[in-house]
Amino acid sequence: MILDTQIQKALDCRADFPVLSATVYDKGYVYLDNGATTQKPRAVIDMMTDFYTQRYATVHRGVYLHSAEATADCDAVRTQVARFIGAAHDDEIVFTKGTTESINLVASTYGQHLLPAGKGILITAMEHHANLVPWQMLCAQKGIPFRVCPIDDNGTLDMATFATLMTPDIGVVAVTHVSNALGTINPVKEITRLAHAQGAKVLLDGAQAVGHTSVNVHDLDCDFYCFSGHKLYGPTGIGVLYGKRALLASMPPYQFGGDMIESVSFEKTTFAKPPARFEAGTPPIVETLGLGAAITYVQSIGFDFIASYETALLDLATAALKARFPEVRIIGESPKKASVLSFVFPEIHPHDVGSILDSEGIAVRVGHHCAQPVMKRYGVPATVRATFSFYNTPEDVVRLMDGLQTVKDLIL
Amino acid sequence: MRNIENLYQEMILEHNKNPRNFKTLSPCSHSSRGVNTLCGDDYMLTVQVDNGSITDIGFTGQGCAISKSSGSLMTSTIKGKSVEDAITLKDQFLGMLIADRPADDMGRLAVFANVKRFPVRVKCATLIWRALEDALVLANGSISTEGDS
Ligand SMILES: Cc1ncc(COP(=O)(O)O)c(C=O)c1O
Repeated sequence: MILDTQIQKALDCRADFPVLSATVYDKGYVYLDNGATTQKPRAVIDMMTDFYTQRYATVHRGVYLHSAEATADCDAVRTQVARFIGAAHDDEIVFTKGTTESINLVASTYGQHLLPAGKGILITAMEHHANLVPWQMLCAQKGIPFRVCPIDDNGTLDMATFATLMTPDIGVVAVTHVSNALGTINPVKEITRLAHAQGAKVLLDGAQAVGHTSVNVHDLDCDFYCFSGHKLYGPTGIGVLYGKRALLASMPPYQFGGDMIESVSFEKTTFAKPPARFEAGTPPIVETLGLGAAITYVQSIGFDFIASYETALLDLATAALKARFPEVRIIGESPKKASVLSFVFPEIHPHDVGSILDSEGIAVRVGHHCAQPVMKRYGVPATVRATFSFYNTPEDVVRLMDGLQTVKDLIL
Repeated sequence: MRNIENLYQEMILEHNKNPRNFKTLSPCSHSSRGVNTLCGDDYMLTVQVDNGSITDIGFTGQGCAISKSSGSLMTSTIKGKSVEDAITLKDQFLGMLIADRPADDMGRLAVFANVKRFPVRVKCATLIWRALEDALVLANGSISTEGDS
């Protein structure tokens, strides 16, 4: 059940996002590709525009007013991110380009240099390629075990098998918090507990989680947590790697250059402490500030509302899809699910669905969602995926269902 | 106007529902697999060439309405033609979708001219033609058209 007060709040949120009130092919825009990237609220756009137009400057090296202010503002965002995900210390927050770079950073520093000899990697069958390929490459190169925990028919991780794969010869467990292809919310706290009991480190891919549920890395006790700004209503080009303080301190640099050194001479270079050690080069200053504005915005909406409303929207859409199109097969029906609705028609290819929905002003994702092993697991070439945000409404669900009827009328 | 009916024309929809030559030749003299991983299109094309002409041709697999109807219309058009003529037609078809070649002399294949207005779908229409080119000329065994647009 969705309450009128909830719908009103969603409409109020929607009004904060300029692009959502624009039209597409002269039709109202129904944006349901939030799993790929979310739209940006006015607060984020204004923060970035104002910074560019009024006080743009670099960080760290300037003695002048604007540079000193920019440095302080970026430092404040680091503190803000730490609080947002429940990290104990600011220096546990490394800014990256996004989830992909965060994972690659860990694979090529901790994975390359600190993984105890012979120990391997355990991932799951529902990982995004970003949390699969870096580990697969590492394992192939080092000749160490690479294990994949299976998922069941409804998209739930097989925890019984996880326990049998999670042996002492595993050094890192890399698992997605929420699956982008299936919506499954994984029991990451339990996974972390099991992994730690065998001495393994845990990296959680939070790309699909942070915008939809409150995350507390301290409570989860994970060793690394990764996410992207652009899926959290912030800009592209900025992401976060959280790492436990002692772990980050033990890791070698990822890239070399400015801002990450303590001192340089031709004889010897010493590296800065984390997080600077992992942030070589001039950082994405404006994007960092944009991320800060996005977090402030999301917190003003509140995860109580976001989580409960998005779940209600998902339930509404799932029920409507089943009622109107009983022939549709839903891919991913785990009991614990984020607002991801992935499905296929038996006789209509997802690409045709996507093109025709587009002509109705409805944006969905079609394809393999960077999770080809997931498609293979369910024996489909691709799926149609609608992902809901707190700014979507029951009206969007109706438009989606009507759009799917148009697809059927045209193709079949 | 960029209208969805321009993309899904009657003939395309009909060939999608009832694809012609939807079969595998076994044995065959030439073959290639056309795959677009990004969309999940995957076709096997088998061709029988005797004395320089295409005596039979078949395709099987799965993909969207554009790629499947393109397979159906391509195979029905070139069956019985010489390999040389088939290759010329292939060049004309790709020219129509990827370059600015007019569609006037393309006969039934001109229904695909509008795909050009939907750039993300060009690779769907060209997939089976690239597979034909590979089967008859390049002989790599498989191709993708993910770069076509
Ligand atoms: C689960 C998951 N992991 C990783 C990524 C990669 O994120 P990014 O492309 O922002 O680095 C995504 C985004 O598609 C995702 O959904």
